[in-house]
Amino acid sequence: MTVIVDYGVGNLFSLCSSLSYIGAESAVSSDPRVIRRADRLILPGVGAFGDAAEKLKMTGLGAAVKAAAGDGVPLLGICLGMQLLLDMSHEYGEHEGLGLIKGEVVPLKSVIRPGLSIPHIGWNSLGILKRDPLYKNVPDGAFVYFVHSYCAASRDSASAVTDYGGEVVASVQSGSVYGCQFHPEKSGETGLEILRSFTEL
Amino acid sequence: MITKRIIPCLDVRDGRVVKGVNFGNIKNVADPEELAARYGAEGADELVFYDITASSDGRRMFTDVLSRTASHVFIPLTAGGGIRTLSDFDRVLKCGADKVSVNSGAIDDPSLIGEAARLYGDQCVVISVDVKRVNGVFTVFSKGGRCDTGLEAIEWIKRCVGSGAGEVVVNSIDTDGVKRGFDTELLSAVCAAVTVPVIASGGAGSADDFTDLFKKVPDVSAGLAASVFHFGEVGIKELKKKMRENGIEVRL
Repeated sequence: MTVIVDYGVGNLFSLCSSLSYIGAESAVSSDPRVIRRADRLILPGVGAFGDAAEKLKMTGLGAAVKAAAGDGVPLLGICLGMQLLLDMSHEYGEHEGLGLIKGEVVPLKSVIRPGLSIPHIGWNSLGILKRDPLYKNVPDGAFVYFVHSYCAASRDSASAVTDYGGEVVASVQSGSVYGCQFHPEKSGETGLEILRSFTEL
Repeated sequence: MITKRIIPCLDVRDGRVVKGVNFGNIKNVADPEELAARYGAEGADELVFYDITASSDGRRMFTDVLSRTASHVFIPLTAGGGIRTLSDFDRVLKCGADKVSVNSGAIDDPSLIGEAARLYGDQCVVISVDVKRVNGVFTVFSKGGRCDTGLEAIEWIKRCVGSGAGEVVVNSIDTDGVKRGFDTELLSAVCAAVTVPVIASGGAGSADDFTDLFKKVPDVSAGLAASVFHFGEVGIKELKKKMRENGIEVRL
């Protein structure tokens, strides 16, 4: 059973629908005990890093996710959920993340050339750096859907990058912890393929 | 590099897709769910659902259509029409919309954009503006293009973006339904004024109108249209191929 961590941030409708569409068994939960029993975890998220990190802390869900990941339970962070996996973010001040993947979150405008629209909204192609299991059925150059104004600062933990007037980290991976800056649940067939591969881990 | 987006727009009334000419003369076209799935399969980059009903029954049919579509079409969906309060945002987001488009609601209550952006994030808030030239001045119209607000369009758009709108849909009333191309003059002016993505709407009659748009206004992010897609005058797959042949980056 794949458990989607519900900490009151963002819209889970599409994520739930896409998992049921590919026939994956899933549940939404805000109970740390359920999180600890999950076979796989998805950490979604839309909005501001500081608020989300605070909610994860207050509810005890952050600690539960960290403990599960420590036990080797596959974990996928999506968009803000990916950013929360990192050590810290510079979005409106400095905020501590879960520290499951090395790195920091910085404003997109600090890594791309000036003059481009921010947020980075739209379909962009993946430059796959590491053939991690999520990309087993995804060709290099496949298009996925991005919506974000902040991004991971360095490519050290990156499994894929994209080009938006500069190299932008598209996904990260460390052991069984994965994170996508893009939205697989909004990325058509490519996105469904990535979710399918994750639910088969 | 990011691709230019092609966005079919589905105007929905009483659970059916309709499209007017110059906002009048509404014709019934097809079942929205079926049409959305077809567009998704043909490579549409995003879909916009616009609720043009006023009754609560119509509104319920609209959210039903939205949630049924969102459960099997996995590309970004924007919902608009009759969005006046934060609870309207909540209603359509719960049905699977990713973004919410506000038009007259923001004119009546300019604080709506800022409040929604704080609650749901800038990326969720789309300002949609109906613009018509009045004595040579780009002017904002409300209530489906019927009411002259007296607001100068570029200033209004800048103000909305300043409050937190993450995208702008610019619909030219002067070119809408005429099928002789997008309003590139207006679109260039908007693109020069804001840094958020700008979506062009109103005037597409052929695939060439889209290639012209992206060549003449390279900063525009997306082209939105309704009837040319609904009536099969322009196929999305063929359109995107043609764009690529013309050196415009698209997702194929």
